[in-house]
Amino acid sequence: MHNKTLSELSTALQNKEFSSEELTRYFLGRIKQHDQSLNSFITVTEDLALAQAQAADQQIAAGESGALTGIPMAQKDIFCTNGVKTSCGSKMLDNFIAPYDATVVKKTNSAGMVMLGKTNLDEFAMGSTNETSFYGAVKNPWDLNRVPGGSSGGSAAAVAARLTPVATGTDTGGSIRQPASLCGITGIKPTYGTVSRFGMIAFASSLDQGGPMTRTAEDAGIMLNVMAGFDEKDSTSYEKENEDYTRSLNDSLDGLKIGLPKEYFSSDLNPDIASVIDAAVKEYEKLGATIKEISLPNTGLSIPAYYVIAPAECSSNLSRMDGVRFGYRCEDPKNLDDLYSRSRGEAFGEEVKRRIMIGAYALSAGYYDAYYLKAQQIRRLISEDFKTAFSDVDVIMGPTSPSTAFKLGELSDDNDPTSMYLEDIYTTSVNLAGLPGMSIPAGQVNGMPVGLQLIGNYFQEAKLLNIAHQFQQATDWHQQTPAGFKEEH
Amino acid sequence: MSLDKKDVEAIAHLARLELDPSNIDETASQLSSIIEFVEQMNAVDTTGVQPVAHPLDLIARTREDQVTESNQRDHFQAVAPETQDGLYLVPKVIE
Repeated sequence: MHNKTLSELSTALQNKEFSSEELTRYFLGRIKQHDQSLNSFITVTEDLALAQAQAADQQIAAGESGALTGIPMAQKDIFCTNGVKTSCGSKMLDNFIAPYDATVVKKTNSAGMVMLGKTNLDEFAMGSTNETSFYGAVKNPWDLNRVPGGSSGGSAAAVAARLTPVATGTDTGGSIRQPASLCGITGIKPTYGTVSRFGMIAFASSLDQGGPMTRTAEDAGIMLNVMAGFDEKDSTSYEKENEDYTRSLNDSLDGLKIGLPKEYFSSDLNPDIASVIDAAVKEYEKLGATIKEISLPNTGLSIPAYYVIAPAECSSNLSRMDGVRFGYRCEDPKNLDDLYSRSRGEAFGEEVKRRIMIGAYALSAGYYDAYYLKAQQIRRLISEDFKTAFSDVDVIMGPTSPSTAFKLGELSDDNDPTSMYLEDIYTTSVNLAGLPGMSIPAGQVNGMPVGLQLIGNYFQEAKLLNIAHQFQQATDWHQQTPAGFKEEH
Repeated sequence: MSLDKKDVEAIAHLARLELDPSNIDETASQLSSIIEFVEQMNAVDTTGVQPVAHPLDLIARTREDQVTESNQRDHFQAVAPETQDGLYLVPKVIE
Protein backbone atom coordinates (compact mmCIF):
# COMPACT_ATOMS: atom_id res chain seq x y z
CA MET A 1 0.00 0.00 0.00
CA HIS A 2 2.79 2.40 0.89
CA ASN A 3 4.43 2.32 -2.52
CA LYS A 4 1.39 3.56 -4.43
CA THR A 5 1.45 7.01 -5.99
CA LEU A 6 -1.35 9.50 -5.34
CA SER A 7 -3.17 8.62 -8.54
CA GLU A 8 -2.85 4.89 -7.79
CA LEU A 9 -4.21 5.46 -4.29
CA SER A 10 -7.04 7.54 -5.69
CA THR A 11 -8.00 4.85 -8.20
CA ALA A 12 -7.88 2.15 -5.52
CA LEU A 13 -10.13 4.22 -3.24
CA GLN A 14 -12.62 4.87 -6.05
CA ASN A 15 -12.63 1.17 -6.95
CA LYS A 16 -13.22 0.27 -3.28
CA GLU A 17 -10.07 -1.90 -3.15
CA PHE A 18 -9.73 -0.44 0.34
CA SER A 19 -11.42 2.37 2.24
CA SER A 20 -9.83 5.61 3.35
CA GLU A 21 -10.19 4.39 6.93
CA GLU A 22 -8.23 1.22 6.13
CA LEU A 23 -5.59 3.24 4.31
CA THR A 24 -5.37 5.72 7.19
CA ARG A 25 -5.10 2.93 9.79
CA TYR A 26 -2.35 1.38 7.67
CA PHE A 27 -0.22 4.55 7.71
CA LEU A 28 -0.99 5.23 11.40
CA GLY A 29 0.26 1.69 12.03
CA ARG A 30 3.47 2.38 10.12
CA ILE A 31 4.02 5.55 12.13
CA LYS A 32 3.56 3.59 15.38
CA GLN A 33 5.93 0.92 14.20
CA HIS A 34 8.72 3.10 12.81
CA ASP A 35 8.58 6.59 14.19
CA GLN A 36 10.19 5.84 17.54
CA SER A 37 13.42 5.38 15.64
CA LEU A 38 12.90 8.30 13.22
CA ASN A 39 11.20 10.97 15.39
CA SER A 40 9.70 12.48 12.23
CA PHE A 41 6.37 13.44 13.84
CA ILE A 42 5.86 15.89 16.70
CA THR A 43 2.13 15.17 16.92
CA VAL A 44 0.17 12.25 15.50
CA THR A 45 -3.51 13.20 15.13
CA GLU A 46 -5.00 9.72 15.14
CA ASP A 47 -8.58 10.62 16.18
CA LEU A 48 -8.79 13.51 13.76
CA ALA A 49 -7.33 11.38 10.95
CA LEU A 50 -9.87 8.60 11.50
CA ALA A 51 -12.74 11.12 11.59
CA GLN A 52 -11.50 12.70 8.35
CA ALA A 53 -11.10 9.26 6.78
CA GLN A 54 -14.65 8.25 7.71
CA ALA A 55 -15.98 11.50 6.24
CA ALA A 56 -13.95 10.84 3.07
CA ASP A 57 -15.38 7.31 2.81
CA GLN A 58 -18.88 8.77 2.94
CA GLN A 59 -17.99 11.24 0.19
CA ILE A 60 -16.57 8.46 -1.97
CA ALA A 61 -19.69 6.33 -1.40
CA ALA A 62 -21.86 9.29 -2.38
CA GLY A 63 -19.82 9.82 -5.55
CA GLU A 64 -18.79 13.32 -4.41
CA SER A 65 -15.06 12.74 -4.17
CA GLY A 66 -12.14 14.51 -5.83
CA ALA A 67 -8.68 13.33 -6.87
CA LEU A 68 -7.27 13.45 -3.32
CA THR A 69 -10.32 12.55 -1.22
CA GLY A 70 -9.38 10.12 1.52
CA ILE A 71 -5.63 10.18 0.91
CA PRO A 72 -3.46 10.57 4.04
CA MET A 73 -0.85 13.30 4.31
CA ALA A 74 1.29 15.07 6.92
CA GLN A 75 1.67 18.79 7.61
CA LYS A 76 4.98 20.32 8.58
CA ASP A 77 4.44 21.66 12.11
CA ILE A 78 4.88 25.22 10.87
CA PHE A 79 1.36 25.34 9.38
CA CYS A 80 -1.33 26.39 11.86
CA THR A 81 -3.96 23.68 12.36
CA ASN A 82 -7.14 24.68 14.16
CA GLY A 83 -7.43 22.89 17.51
CA VAL A 84 -4.14 21.01 17.05
CA LYS A 85 -0.78 21.88 18.64
CA THR A 86 1.36 23.93 16.25
CA SER A 87 4.82 24.06 17.81
CA CYS A 88 7.16 25.12 15.00
CA GLY A 89 9.70 22.87 16.74
CA SER A 90 10.05 25.31 19.63
CA LYS A 91 9.56 25.29 23.38
CA MET A 92 8.06 28.75 22.77
CA LEU A 93 5.00 27.20 21.09
CA ASP A 94 4.95 23.86 22.91
CA ASN A 95 1.63 24.88 24.49
CA PHE A 96 0.22 26.60 21.39
CA ILE A 97 -3.04 25.16 20.08
CA ALA A 98 -3.60 27.08 16.87
CA PRO A 99 -6.98 28.88 16.85
CA TYR A 100 -7.29 28.78 13.04
CA ASP A 101 -6.18 26.89 9.93
CA ALA A 102 -3.43 28.04 7.58
CA THR A 103 -4.68 28.47 4.01
CA VAL A 104 -2.65 25.42 2.95
CA VAL A 105 -4.37 23.35 5.66
CA LYS A 106 -7.78 24.65 4.62
CA LYS A 107 -7.00 23.62 1.05
CA THR A 108 -5.84 20.07 1.86
CA ASN A 109 -8.86 19.68 4.16
CA SER A 110 -11.31 20.82 1.52
CA ALA A 111 -9.65 18.48 -0.98
CA GLY A 112 -10.72 15.73 1.43
CA MET A 113 -7.21 14.75 2.46
CA VAL A 114 -6.61 13.07 5.81
CA MET A 115 -4.04 14.65 8.15
CA LEU A 116 -1.98 11.97 9.93
CA GLY A 117 -0.10 14.50 12.03
CA LYS A 118 2.44 17.32 12.24
CA THR A 119 6.03 16.71 11.25
CA ASN A 120 9.21 17.68 13.06
CA LEU A 121 11.41 20.55 11.90
CA ASP A 122 14.33 22.69 12.95
CA GLU A 123 13.14 25.25 15.49
CA PHE A 124 11.22 27.94 13.57
CA ALA A 125 12.65 26.33 10.40
CA MET A 126 16.15 27.60 11.24
CA GLY A 127 18.62 24.87 10.47
CA SER A 128 19.85 22.44 7.83
CA THR A 129 20.02 19.29 9.95
CA ASN A 130 16.80 19.12 12.00
CA GLU A 131 18.90 19.03 15.14
CA THR A 132 17.69 22.42 16.45
CA SER A 133 14.16 21.08 17.14
CA PHE A 134 12.98 21.29 20.77
CA TYR A 135 11.57 17.78 20.18
CA GLY A 136 14.92 16.25 19.31
CA ALA A 137 16.65 15.41 16.06
CA VAL A 138 14.96 13.51 13.25
CA LYS A 139 16.93 10.51 11.94
CA ASN A 140 17.55 9.79 8.28
CA PRO A 141 15.73 6.57 7.29
CA TRP A 142 18.69 5.60 5.06
CA ASP A 143 21.04 5.60 8.08
CA LEU A 144 19.73 6.30 11.57
CA ASN A 145 23.09 7.79 12.58
CA ARG A 146 22.67 10.54 10.02
CA VAL A 147 20.57 13.69 9.76
CA PRO A 148 17.64 14.01 7.34
CA GLY A 149 18.55 17.61 6.46
CA GLY A 150 16.44 20.57 7.37
CA SER A 151 14.43 22.33 8.07
CA SER A 152 11.63 20.14 6.65
CA GLY A 153 13.49 17.03 7.87
CA GLY A 154 10.48 15.39 9.53
CA SER A 155 8.44 15.64 6.33
CA ALA A 156 11.34 14.32 4.24
CA ALA A 157 12.07 11.38 6.56
CA ALA A 158 8.37 10.48 6.86
CA VAL A 159 7.88 10.43 3.08
CA ALA A 160 11.15 8.54 2.48
CA ALA A 161 10.23 5.90 5.09
CA ARG A 162 6.72 5.61 3.60
CA LEU A 163 5.03 6.74 6.82
CA THR A 164 2.88 9.05 4.73
CA PRO A 165 2.27 9.22 0.97
CA VAL A 166 3.04 12.97 0.90
CA ALA A 167 3.83 15.86 3.23
CA THR A 168 4.06 19.63 3.12
CA GLY A 169 7.26 21.57 3.58
CA THR A 170 8.49 25.14 3.58
CA ASP A 171 11.65 26.50 2.02
CA THR A 172 13.38 29.73 3.05
CA GLY A 173 16.93 28.88 1.96
CA GLY A 174 16.65 25.26 0.85
CA SER A 175 14.42 23.72 3.55
CA ILE A 176 12.35 21.65 1.09
CA ARG A 177 15.07 20.82 -1.46
CA GLN A 178 17.99 19.95 0.83
CA PRO A 179 16.12 17.42 3.04
CA ALA A 180 14.46 16.02 -0.11
CA SER A 181 17.96 15.51 -1.49
CA LEU A 182 19.35 13.95 1.71
CA CYS A 183 16.37 11.58 2.11
CA GLY A 184 16.00 10.62 -1.57
CA ILE A 185 12.57 12.14 -2.26
CA THR A 186 11.08 14.78 -4.57
CA GLY A 187 10.42 18.32 -3.39
CA ILE A 188 9.50 21.57 -5.09
CA LYS A 189 9.74 25.13 -3.85
CA PRO A 190 7.46 27.16 -6.10
CA THR A 191 7.95 30.75 -7.26
CA TYR A 192 7.59 33.23 -4.39
CA GLY A 193 3.90 34.10 -4.01
CA THR A 194 2.51 30.83 -5.43
CA VAL A 195 1.54 29.10 -2.17
CA SER A 196 -0.17 31.24 0.47
CA ARG A 197 1.87 32.08 3.57
CA PHE A 198 -1.27 32.78 5.63
CA GLY A 199 -1.04 30.69 8.79
CA MET A 200 2.45 29.48 7.92
CA ILE A 201 4.56 30.67 10.85
CA ALA A 202 6.86 33.30 9.40
CA PHE A 203 10.65 32.97 9.46
CA ALA A 204 11.84 35.32 6.67
CA SER A 205 8.79 36.68 4.88
CA SER A 206 10.47 37.71 1.62
CA LEU A 207 11.98 34.22 1.21
CA ASP A 208 9.50 31.75 2.79
CA GLN A 209 7.52 29.57 0.42
CA GLY A 210 5.54 26.38 1.02
CA GLY A 211 5.54 23.37 -1.26
CA PRO A 212 4.94 19.62 -1.47
CA MET A 213 7.38 16.82 -0.53
CA THR A 214 6.54 13.62 -2.34
CA ARG A 215 8.05 10.51 -3.88
CA THR A 216 7.38 11.45 -7.52
CA ALA A 217 7.17 14.57 -9.65
CA GLU A 218 3.66 13.59 -10.69
CA ASP A 219 2.59 13.50 -7.02
CA ALA A 220 4.24 16.90 -6.49
CA GLY A 221 2.20 18.34 -9.36
CA ILE A 222 -1.04 16.89 -7.99
CA MET A 223 -0.27 18.30 -4.52
CA LEU A 224 0.73 21.68 -5.92
CA ASN A 225 -2.64 21.86 -7.68
CA VAL A 226 -4.20 21.77 -4.20
CA MET A 227 -1.68 23.93 -2.31
CA ALA A 228 -1.15 26.77 -4.81
CA GLY A 229 -3.45 29.66 -5.66
CA PHE A 230 -4.10 33.31 -4.97
CA ASP A 231 -5.06 34.12 -1.38
CA GLU A 232 -6.24 37.57 -0.42
CA LYS A 233 -5.15 36.87 3.16
CA ASP A 234 -1.47 36.90 2.09
CA SER A 235 -0.45 40.33 0.84
CA THR A 236 2.41 38.81 -1.17
CA SER A 237 0.26 36.11 -2.79
CA TYR A 238 0.61 36.39 -6.57
CA GLU A 239 -2.62 37.23 -8.35
CA LYS A 240 -3.07 34.95 -11.36
CA GLU A 241 -5.34 32.26 -12.77
CA ASN A 242 -5.07 28.80 -11.23
CA GLU A 243 -3.19 26.39 -13.45
CA ASP A 244 -2.91 22.61 -13.76
CA TYR A 245 0.67 21.82 -12.77
CA THR A 246 0.41 18.31 -14.22
CA ARG A 247 -0.63 19.49 -17.69
CA SER A 248 2.73 19.05 -19.35
CA LEU A 249 4.23 16.11 -17.41
CA ASN A 250 4.38 13.97 -20.55
CA ASP A 251 5.84 16.57 -22.92
CA SER A 252 9.00 15.54 -24.73
CA LEU A 253 12.29 17.07 -23.61
CA ASP A 254 13.62 17.10 -27.15
CA GLY A 255 15.49 20.36 -27.64
CA LEU A 256 15.45 21.30 -23.93
CA LYS A 257 18.35 23.64 -23.16
CA ILE A 258 20.00 22.86 -19.82
CA GLY A 259 22.40 25.31 -18.23
CA LEU A 260 25.12 24.02 -15.91
CA PRO A 261 26.55 26.85 -13.78
CA LYS A 262 30.32 26.43 -13.58
CA GLU A 263 30.19 27.81 -10.02
CA TYR A 264 28.14 24.74 -8.93
CA PHE A 265 30.80 22.33 -10.19
CA SER A 266 33.91 23.91 -8.68
CA SER A 267 36.64 21.92 -6.96
CA ASP A 268 34.73 22.27 -3.65
CA LEU A 269 32.12 19.80 -4.89
CA ASN A 270 32.56 16.25 -3.62
CA PRO A 271 33.72 14.25 -6.71
CA ASP A 272 31.33 11.36 -5.95
CA ILE A 273 28.39 13.76 -6.00
CA ALA A 274 29.74 15.40 -9.15
CA SER A 275 29.72 12.05 -10.95
CA VAL A 276 26.11 11.33 -9.91
CA ILE A 277 25.10 14.73 -11.30
CA ASP A 278 27.12 14.12 -14.49
CA ALA A 279 25.32 10.81 -15.02
CA ALA A 280 21.93 12.48 -14.51
CA VAL A 281 22.80 15.17 -17.04
CA LYS A 282 23.85 12.44 -19.53
CA GLU A 283 20.44 10.84 -18.99
CA TYR A 284 18.86 14.16 -20.00
CA GLU A 285 21.02 14.24 -23.13
CA LYS A 286 19.59 10.83 -24.01
CA LEU A 287 16.12 12.37 -23.61
CA GLY A 288 16.99 14.99 -26.21
CA ALA A 289 18.33 17.86 -24.13
CA THR A 290 21.36 19.96 -24.98
CA ILE A 291 23.86 21.19 -22.41
CA LYS A 292 25.43 24.58 -22.05
CA GLU A 293 27.91 25.83 -19.48
CA ILE A 294 26.68 29.05 -17.91
CA SER A 295 27.89 31.32 -15.15
CA LEU A 296 26.15 32.64 -12.04
CA PRO A 297 29.09 34.75 -10.92
CA ASN A 298 27.60 35.95 -7.61
CA THR A 299 26.78 32.47 -6.27
CA GLY A 300 29.44 32.75 -3.57
CA LEU A 301 27.74 35.85 -2.16
CA SER A 302 24.36 34.20 -1.74
CA ILE A 303 25.07 32.75 1.71
CA PRO A 304 26.53 35.98 3.15
CA ALA A 305 23.56 37.99 1.79
CA TYR A 306 21.10 35.36 2.99
CA TYR A 307 22.57 35.40 6.51
CA VAL A 308 21.84 39.10 6.75
CA ILE A 309 18.39 39.17 5.13
CA ALA A 310 16.93 36.03 6.75
CA PRO A 311 18.06 36.94 10.31
CA ALA A 312 16.88 40.54 9.85
CA GLU A 313 13.42 39.37 8.85
CA CYS A 314 13.35 36.69 11.56
CA SER A 315 14.25 39.18 14.28
CA SER A 316 11.19 41.21 13.27
CA ASN A 317 8.88 38.23 12.79
CA LEU A 318 9.81 36.54 16.06
CA SER A 319 9.27 39.70 18.08
CA ARG A 320 5.63 38.64 18.28
CA MET A 321 6.72 35.80 20.58
CA ASP A 322 6.73 37.92 23.71
CA GLY A 323 4.99 35.81 26.34
CA VAL A 324 1.90 38.05 26.36
CA ARG A 325 -0.70 36.79 23.88
CA PHE A 326 0.26 33.14 23.30
CA GLY A 327 3.11 30.73 23.81
CA TYR A 328 5.59 30.34 26.65
CA ARG A 329 5.68 32.72 29.62
CA CYS A 330 8.40 32.62 32.27
CA GLU A 331 7.56 32.10 35.96
CA ASP A 332 7.11 35.15 38.22
CA PRO A 333 8.19 37.99 35.92
CA LYS A 334 9.51 40.94 37.94
CA ASN A 335 8.35 43.53 35.41
CA LEU A 336 7.35 43.76 31.75
CA ASP A 337 10.92 43.83 30.43
CA ASP A 338 11.79 40.80 32.54
CA LEU A 339 8.71 39.03 31.19
CA TYR A 340 9.82 39.62 27.59
CA SER A 341 13.51 38.83 28.06
CA ARG A 342 13.16 35.80 30.26
CA SER A 343 10.24 34.27 28.32
CA ARG A 344 12.24 34.61 25.10
CA GLY A 345 15.58 33.69 26.66
CA GLU A 346 14.16 30.53 28.26
CA ALA A 347 12.04 29.37 25.32
CA PHE A 348 14.18 30.01 22.23
CA GLY A 349 17.00 27.62 21.33
CA GLU A 350 20.59 28.67 20.64
CA GLU A 351 20.40 28.89 16.84
CA VAL A 352 17.18 30.93 16.94
CA LYS A 353 18.74 33.32 19.48
CA ARG A 354 21.85 33.72 17.32
CA ARG A 355 19.79 34.60 14.28
CA ILE A 356 17.56 37.02 16.17
CA MET A 357 20.66 38.77 17.51
CA ILE A 358 22.38 38.92 14.10
CA GLY A 359 19.17 40.39 12.68
CA ALA A 360 18.78 42.92 15.48
CA TYR A 361 22.41 43.96 14.99
CA ALA A 362 22.14 44.23 11.18
CA LEU A 363 19.05 46.42 11.49
CA SER A 364 20.33 48.60 14.32
CA ALA A 365 21.18 52.28 13.98
CA GLY A 366 24.48 52.82 12.19
CA TYR A 367 24.70 49.31 10.69
CA TYR A 368 21.62 49.19 8.44
CA ASP A 369 23.38 50.41 5.28
CA ALA A 370 26.47 48.28 5.79
CA TYR A 371 24.58 45.04 6.25
CA TYR A 372 20.89 45.03 5.33
CA LEU A 373 20.96 47.47 2.42
CA LYS A 374 24.18 45.95 1.11
CA ALA A 375 22.65 42.46 1.25
CA GLN A 376 19.56 43.62 -0.66
CA GLN A 377 21.86 45.11 -3.34
CA ILE A 378 23.76 41.83 -3.60
CA ARG A 379 20.38 40.13 -3.88
CA ARG A 380 19.71 42.26 -6.98
CA LEU A 381 23.02 41.09 -8.51
CA ILE A 382 22.09 37.46 -7.83
CA SER A 383 18.65 37.93 -9.46
CA GLU A 384 20.29 39.56 -12.49
CA ASP A 385 22.65 36.57 -12.85
CA PHE A 386 19.63 34.29 -13.18
CA LYS A 387 17.89 36.65 -15.60
CA THR A 388 20.92 36.60 -17.88
CA ALA A 389 21.15 32.80 -17.62
CA PHE A 390 17.49 32.25 -18.48
CA SER A 391 17.79 34.29 -21.66
CA ASP A 392 19.91 31.39 -22.91
CA VAL A 393 18.62 28.20 -21.26
CA ASP A 394 15.28 26.64 -20.20
CA VAL A 395 16.42 25.12 -16.92
CA ILE A 396 19.47 25.24 -14.66
CA MET A 397 20.76 22.02 -13.12
CA GLY A 398 23.29 21.10 -10.50
CA PRO A 399 23.62 19.36 -7.14
CA THR A 400 21.06 20.28 -4.46
CA SER A 401 23.57 19.90 -1.65
CA PRO A 402 27.39 19.73 -1.58
CA SER A 403 27.32 16.52 0.47
CA THR A 404 25.13 13.55 1.30
CA ALA A 405 23.56 13.36 4.76
CA PHE A 406 26.13 13.95 7.49
CA LYS A 407 26.34 12.24 10.86
CA LEU A 408 24.24 13.55 13.74
CA GLY A 409 26.32 16.14 15.59
CA GLU A 410 28.90 16.40 12.81
CA LEU A 411 28.02 20.03 12.00
CA SER A 412 25.92 21.07 14.97
CA ASP A 413 28.75 20.41 17.45
CA ASP A 414 31.02 22.77 15.54
CA ASN A 415 31.46 26.03 17.45
CA ASP A 416 31.42 27.95 14.15
CA PRO A 417 27.78 28.08 12.97
CA THR A 418 28.82 29.16 9.46
CA SER A 419 29.98 25.62 8.61
CA MET A 420 26.33 24.52 8.66
CA TYR A 421 25.28 27.58 6.68
CA LEU A 422 27.49 26.54 3.75
CA GLU A 423 25.40 23.41 3.29
CA ASP A 424 22.87 25.66 1.56
CA ILE A 425 25.32 27.08 -0.98
CA TYR A 426 23.33 25.85 -4.02
CA THR A 427 19.84 26.55 -2.71
CA THR A 428 19.67 29.99 -1.04
CA SER A 429 20.22 32.01 -4.24
CA VAL A 430 16.95 30.56 -5.61
CA ASN A 431 15.03 32.00 -2.62
CA LEU A 432 16.84 35.32 -2.89
CA ALA A 433 15.71 35.58 -6.52
CA GLY A 434 12.21 34.20 -5.76
CA LEU A 435 12.56 31.49 -8.45
CA PRO A 436 11.09 27.97 -8.41
CA GLY A 437 13.49 25.15 -7.54
CA MET A 438 13.18 21.43 -7.21
CA SER A 439 15.18 18.44 -5.98
CA ILE A 440 14.77 14.92 -7.35
CA PRO A 441 16.62 11.72 -6.45
CA ALA A 442 19.42 11.19 -8.99
CA GLY A 443 21.66 8.50 -7.49
CA GLN A 444 23.46 7.37 -4.37
CA VAL A 445 26.92 7.65 -2.85
CA ASN A 446 27.80 4.96 -0.29
CA GLY A 447 24.14 4.07 0.04
CA MET A 448 23.04 7.64 0.74
CA PRO A 449 20.77 9.52 -1.69
CA VAL A 450 21.97 12.39 -3.88
CA GLY A 451 19.56 15.03 -5.20
CA LEU A 452 19.64 16.80 -8.53
CA GLN A 453 18.49 20.39 -8.33
CA LEU A 454 16.38 21.89 -11.13
CA ILE A 455 15.94 25.66 -11.19
CA GLY A 456 13.34 27.20 -13.47
CA ASN A 457 12.35 30.69 -14.57
CA TYR A 458 9.52 32.49 -12.74
CA PHE A 459 6.22 30.53 -12.70
CA GLN A 460 7.72 27.64 -14.68
CA GLU A 461 6.68 25.00 -12.11
CA ALA A 462 4.81 22.93 -14.71
CA LYS A 463 7.93 22.89 -16.89
CA LEU A 464 10.13 21.84 -13.93
CA LEU A 465 7.70 19.05 -13.05
CA ASN A 466 7.73 17.92 -16.69
CA ILE A 467 11.53 17.83 -16.68
CA ALA A 468 11.54 15.92 -13.37
CA HIS A 469 8.80 13.50 -14.47
CA GLN A 470 10.60 12.58 -17.70
CA PHE A 471 13.73 11.72 -15.68
CA GLN A 472 11.62 9.57 -13.35
CA GLN A 473 10.18 7.73 -16.36
CA ALA A 474 13.72 6.83 -17.43
CA THR A 475 15.25 6.07 -14.00
CA ASP A 476 14.14 4.42 -10.77
CA TRP A 477 16.07 6.35 -8.11
CA HIS A 478 12.80 7.83 -6.83
CA GLN A 479 11.45 4.31 -6.22
CA GLN A 480 14.29 3.22 -3.92
CA THR A 481 13.09 2.56 -0.38
CA PRO A 482 15.46 2.57 2.59
CA ALA A 483 16.14 -0.89 4.09
CA GLY A 484 14.00 -1.50 7.15
CA PHE A 485 11.04 0.39 5.69
CA LYS A 486 10.26 -1.80 2.68
CA GLU A 487 7.91 -4.41 4.11
CA GLU A 488 4.16 -3.91 4.19
CA HIS A 489 3.45 -2.74 7.72
CA MET B 1 34.15 43.25 12.77
CA SER B 2 34.42 41.44 16.04
CA LEU B 3 31.83 41.77 18.80
CA ASP B 4 32.77 41.88 22.48
CA LYS B 5 30.80 41.03 25.60
CA LYS B 6 29.37 44.56 25.85
CA ASP B 7 28.16 44.52 22.23
CA VAL B 8 26.45 41.18 22.80
CA GLU B 9 24.71 42.47 25.92
CA ALA B 10 23.50 45.53 24.02
CA ILE B 11 22.17 43.41 21.13
CA ALA B 12 20.52 40.95 23.52
CA HIS B 13 18.78 43.87 25.18
CA LEU B 14 17.59 45.22 21.80
CA ALA B 15 16.19 41.76 21.02
CA ARG B 16 14.77 41.28 24.55
CA LEU B 17 16.67 38.04 25.05
CA GLU B 18 18.04 37.09 28.45
CA LEU B 19 21.33 35.29 27.96
CA ASP B 20 23.02 32.90 30.35
CA PRO B 21 25.93 35.04 31.71
CA SER B 22 28.32 32.09 31.50
CA ASN B 23 27.53 31.83 27.79
CA ILE B 24 28.13 35.40 26.66
CA ASP B 25 31.77 34.97 25.64
CA GLU B 26 30.92 31.99 23.47
CA THR B 27 27.98 33.86 21.95
CA ALA B 28 30.27 36.81 21.19
CA SER B 29 32.69 34.56 19.35
CA GLN B 30 29.92 32.83 17.37
CA LEU B 31 28.22 36.09 16.41
CA SER B 32 31.60 37.54 15.43
CA SER B 33 32.28 34.63 13.11
CA ILE B 34 28.89 35.14 11.44
CA ILE B 35 29.51 38.90 11.08
CA GLU B 36 32.97 38.28 9.61
CA PHE B 37 31.46 35.73 7.26
CA VAL B 38 28.77 38.08 5.93
CA GLU B 39 31.34 40.84 5.52
CA GLN B 40 32.51 39.01 2.39
CA MET B 41 29.85 41.21 0.80
CA ASN B 42 32.17 44.19 1.23
CA ALA B 43 34.42 42.92 -1.54
CA VAL B 44 31.73 43.85 -4.08
CA ASP B 45 31.14 47.37 -5.31
CA THR B 46 27.37 47.88 -5.25
CA THR B 47 27.34 51.60 -6.01
CA GLY B 48 24.15 52.46 -7.86
CA VAL B 49 22.63 48.96 -7.52
CA GLN B 50 18.93 49.17 -6.70
CA PRO B 51 18.29 47.13 -3.51
CA VAL B 52 15.58 44.45 -3.73
CA ALA B 53 12.43 45.31 -1.80
CA HIS B 54 10.29 42.43 -3.11
CA PRO B 55 11.62 39.28 -4.83
CA LEU B 56 9.28 39.80 -7.82
CA ASP B 57 9.63 43.61 -7.71
CA LEU B 58 5.95 43.95 -6.89
CA ILE B 59 4.23 46.34 -4.54
CA ALA B 60 2.31 44.80 -1.66
CA ARG B 61 -1.38 44.65 -2.43
CA THR B 62 -3.69 46.70 -0.24
CA ARG B 63 -7.41 46.31 0.34
CA GLU B 64 -10.32 48.52 1.27
CA ASP B 65 -10.38 49.39 4.95
CA GLN B 66 -13.44 47.33 5.74
CA VAL B 67 -14.23 44.98 8.60
CA THR B 68 -13.89 41.43 7.28
CA GLU B 69 -13.48 39.46 10.50
CA SER B 70 -16.03 38.70 13.17
CA ASN B 71 -15.17 39.24 16.84
CA GLN B 72 -13.42 36.10 18.11
CA ARG B 73 -11.72 37.60 21.14
CA ASP B 74 -12.54 34.78 23.56
CA HIS B 75 -11.42 32.18 21.04
CA PHE B 76 -8.07 33.88 20.41
CA GLN B 77 -7.48 34.66 24.08
CA ALA B 78 -7.99 31.02 25.01
CA VAL B 79 -4.29 30.45 24.17
CA ALA B 80 -3.02 33.46 26.16
CA PRO B 81 -0.96 32.92 29.34
CA GLU B 82 -3.11 35.28 31.41
CA THR B 83 -6.23 37.36 30.64
CA GLN B 84 -8.96 39.09 32.59
CA ASP B 85 -12.17 40.73 31.30
CA GLY B 86 -10.95 40.34 27.73
CA LEU B 87 -7.59 42.01 28.47
CA TYR B 88 -4.10 40.51 28.37
CA LEU B 89 -2.44 40.70 31.77
CA VAL B 90 1.22 41.67 32.26
CA PRO B 91 3.15 42.73 35.38
CA LYS B 92 2.28 46.20 36.63
CA VAL B 93 3.96 48.87 34.45
CA ILE B 94 3.05 52.03 36.41
CA GLU B 95 3.15 52.01 40.22
